[in-house]
Amino acid sequence: MKFDVAIVGGGIVGAACAYSLSREGLKVVVIESAGIASGTTAAGMGHIVVMDDSEAQFALTRYSQQLWNKLVPGLPKLAEFENCGTIWVAADDEEMAEVRRKHSFYAERGIRSEILDEASLSAAEPNLRRGLAGGLLVSGDSVVYQLFATRFLIDTAKRNGAELMVGKDVVGIDADSVLISDGTTIKCGNVVNAAGFTAAGLSPGLKIAKRKGHLIITERYPNFARHQLVELGYLKSAHGSATDSVAFNVQPRSTGQILLGSSRQFGAVDGEIDHAILRRMTARAFEYMPALRDLSTVRVWTGFRPATPDNLPYIGAMPGQANVYIAAGHEGLGITTSLGTGELIADAILGREPAIPAEPYSPAREIKEH
Amino acid sequence: MSKVRAEVLVIGGGAAGMSAALAASAYADVTVVDDNPMLGGQIWRAELGKIKSPDAKRLVEQVNSGKVNIINNAQVFGSDSHGCLLAETPDGTIELTFEKLILATGARERFLPFPGWTLPNVLGAGGLQAMVKGGLNIADTRVIVAGTGPLLLAVADHLKAKGAKVICIAEQAPASKIRGFALGLWRFPAKIAQGVALRMRLRDVPYWTDSWVTDCVNDDETTHTISVTVSQSGVARTLECDLLACGFHLVPNTEVAAVLGCRIDDGTVRVDEFQQTSIANIYCAGEPTGIGGVEASLIEGKIAGLAAAGQIDEARRHFAENGKTRRFGDALNAAFTLRDELRSLASADTVVCRCEDVEYGRLIEFANSREAKLQTRCGMGPCQGRICGPANEFLFGWKPGTVRPPIFPVKMEDL
Ligand SMILES: Cc1cc2nc3c(=O)[nH]c(=O)nc-3n(C[C@H](O)[C@H](O)[C@H](O)COP(=O)(O)OP(=O)(O)OC[C@H]3O[C@@H](n4cnc5c(N)ncnc54)[C@H](O)[C@@H]3O)c2cc1C
Ligand SMILES: Cc1cc2nc3c(=O)[nH]c(=O)nc-3n(C[C@H](O)[C@H](O)[C@H](O)COP(=O)(O)OP(=O)(O)OC[C@H]3O[C@@H](n4cnc5c(N)ncnc54)[C@H](O)[C@@H]3O)c2cc1C
Repeated sequence: MKFDVAIVGGGIVGAACAYSLSREGLKVVVIESAGIASGTTAAGMGHIVVMDDSEAQFALTRYSQQLWNKLVPGLPKLAEFENCGTIWVAADDEEMAEVRRKHSFYAERGIRSEILDEASLSAAEPNLRRGLAGGLLVSGDSVVYQLFATRFLIDTAKRNGAELMVGKDVVGIDADSVLISDGTTIKCGNVVNAAGFTAAGLSPGLKIAKRKGHLIITERYPNFARHQLVELGYLKSAHGSATDSVAFNVQPRSTGQILLGSSRQFGAVDGEIDHAILRRMTARAFEYMPALRDLSTVRVWTGFRPATPDNLPYIGAMPGQANVYIAAGHEGLGITTSLGTGELIADAILGREPAIPAEPYSPAREIKEH
Repeated sequence: MSKVRAEVLVIGGGAAGMSAALAASAYADVTVVDDNPMLGGQIWRAELGKIKSPDAKRLVEQVNSGKVNIINNAQVFGSDSHGCLLAETPDGTIELTFEKLILATGARERFLPFPGWTLPNVLGAGGLQAMVKGGLNIADTRVIVAGTGPLLLAVADHLKAKGAKVICIAEQAPASKIRGFALGLWRFPAKIAQGVALRMRLRDVPYWTDSWVTDCVNDDETTHTISVTVSQSGVARTLECDLLACGFHLVPNTEVAAVLGCRIDDGTVRVDEFQQTSIANIYCAGEPTGIGGVEASLIEGKIAGLAAAGQIDEARRHFAENGKTRRFGDALNAAFTLRDELRSLASADTVVCRCEDVEYGRLIEFANSREAKLQTRCGMGPCQGRICGPANEFLFGWKPGTVRPPIFPVKMEDL
């Protein structure tokens, strides 16, 4: 047996699995059809954020954030890691109530956050319009340039002996091998399916839908924004019903560029730019930050979040298929949760006790064994 | 958002676009959109009112006589899902709809990286010419003109006429190819006459073939003088000058065609003899179909304009003439192909992508432009690879990446 583990997919999730597994001395191969970090990972925003939608989501995002913070000293400068914090922006009193709820949720779980009133919000972010109710500053959140971070994880795994096969399309997964489209097979002790939104094609029974998003990047405007800014309506729109939605979401890059998100669309199959939703997205952003209107934008792109029915990723053993593991379906949080995923997969393969309870992410919740 | 409807819409108001607009305007309602304050394109725009060629003067006058609807200062940056074009203007975005579309977006210069090419006194040859046309005083400035293509001669001529001291023209093409090209000109008497006149005006400027800049440094930062090392037929010579004007022939502007989905082969928009692209109601004329010079642009524009206006027989009458100018273009491009030595000028720390400061040494490991872009940011900046893309295609054989709107930076509110 040449490899202990074959990882299908070289996005940030596959890269994190390779990183965690190779560190434990396992012989790993990453099999990627297109290019390292060329799928959803290339399209995402790189906000490393602790979320509070559910206890399970909180646990995985917090655990992962801690792992990011441990990784930082070794990260190259090019990975643009910036501990800028998040401000959840409240437009009105109703959203201020949400600020207070969030504040106590975080406080109870040891996450530092600070309630901002109208004046302190405007001092923190002078380009926000006047008259917003306030916000919640979560100072532990960060931003990373996920493309270079993925490269770093892969390079580190390579130094630990991992191999990389790019340009190979996996068409089948077995208990002891993966089948490549050119007819060859790669023998291995275990397989991790980290194929992003196409993972369900290789592991039938999983439910992963493509949730399309648009992003806009500007030229360089240092200090235009200082924190990742997200409107509090985000939660309602992000995880609401199946209808298309937009939300104000601004990210300052360490290059001085402003990255503007975001939209969420189900059922869109191609990556074309949809001008109607793009304009809804910018119109929403101008309501919060009118000065964005005049920034020069250099590119617009789209990406597909790999979304599961319950908004939690599939991490763990595939029911009914010995030695096969799933690490896919991370929706809009996969940059953040990649590192936690890598550790949970290593725990599962090595039979270690995980740092957080792993059941909520088990693919078994979707696939009942017969 | 304001809307404009045209029977025939022309993008680009250079030689090709004006010629197309004029030809179509006898039969259809025509609108020309150009991103400059005035029509005229690369050669005439800055000299309107002082154009020497009578034919050109007539063309400009006729296009401006009121028959053609002209929209200046409007830059087409994309198309929306319904096939309309979007253009940014000082007053916001306009949406352009059309029955027939003619793309006449011209060309830009190609730049190749060599050590020192990012110094402030190294400029594009055509870019410097445009600055001088726009009023830059260049009297008594010492200039070296280097690179490849007939544009070098045109630029040297213009700079000299404005009082610059042109030290030499370094042309990378070998003497044999240039001679072959010149000998082939017997079929184009007008070109010979132009060429002879030009050479006469430049007779005291050394024209070095087999020559290219290998390096350029600014030893003394208190002065503007730069030392330029030229490999002249294999011998390294170091010369001092105030400005180095560089250009490595031209690259077709195919981005608008690309966002519309027109087929592009080898960097040029594919057209049939009526200048029709792979999309039935879209035509293309001038440099985007292949670098061919101003005569080719004029005649292709005329054919495209007539064909778009439904005047098929009339268009057909110009096929022979077009074939001739196209052969000139082919000979031109063959004579000035880039030599292999230019691939090895950059050193590991020479910046290739100026927007994102990506050096040559960081790029060599990648297999294609997308990988290089994702892993180094090469081509991610404001120019979106318009400058480094053609250089990388030559250096590494990388095909250009996908073109997406906005093809030029636009204000966020204009998206
Ligand atoms: C607009 C947008 C904004 C986002 N913002 C954030 C954010 O701010 N913070 C955050 O944490 N997350 C964010 N995300 C989510 C994040 O980008 C994703 O969750 C994450 O990138 C998923 O990574 P992945 O490795 O699972 O998938 P991918 O990156 O898609 O990787 C899967 C890889 O598998 C390869 N592959 C697929 N099939 C095969 C096969 N059969 N054989 C071989 N290889 C195969 C693909 O080529 C691909 O490279 C955002 C996403 C989008 C779209
Ligand atoms: C820098 C430079 C200098 C040159 N100098 C000379 C010279 O001195 N002598 C000579 O004989 N030839 C010169 N040429 C060659 C010249 O391009 C051709 O001879 C001739 O002008 C080609 O005509 P055209 O109509 O095809 O293109 P162009 O003259 O380039 O016209 C294209 C027009 O379309 C506009 N345009 C492009 N994209 C858009 C868009 N998206 N939206 C709106 N408008 C758009 C451009 O701004 C331009 O006005 C030069 C070329 C370049 C690039």
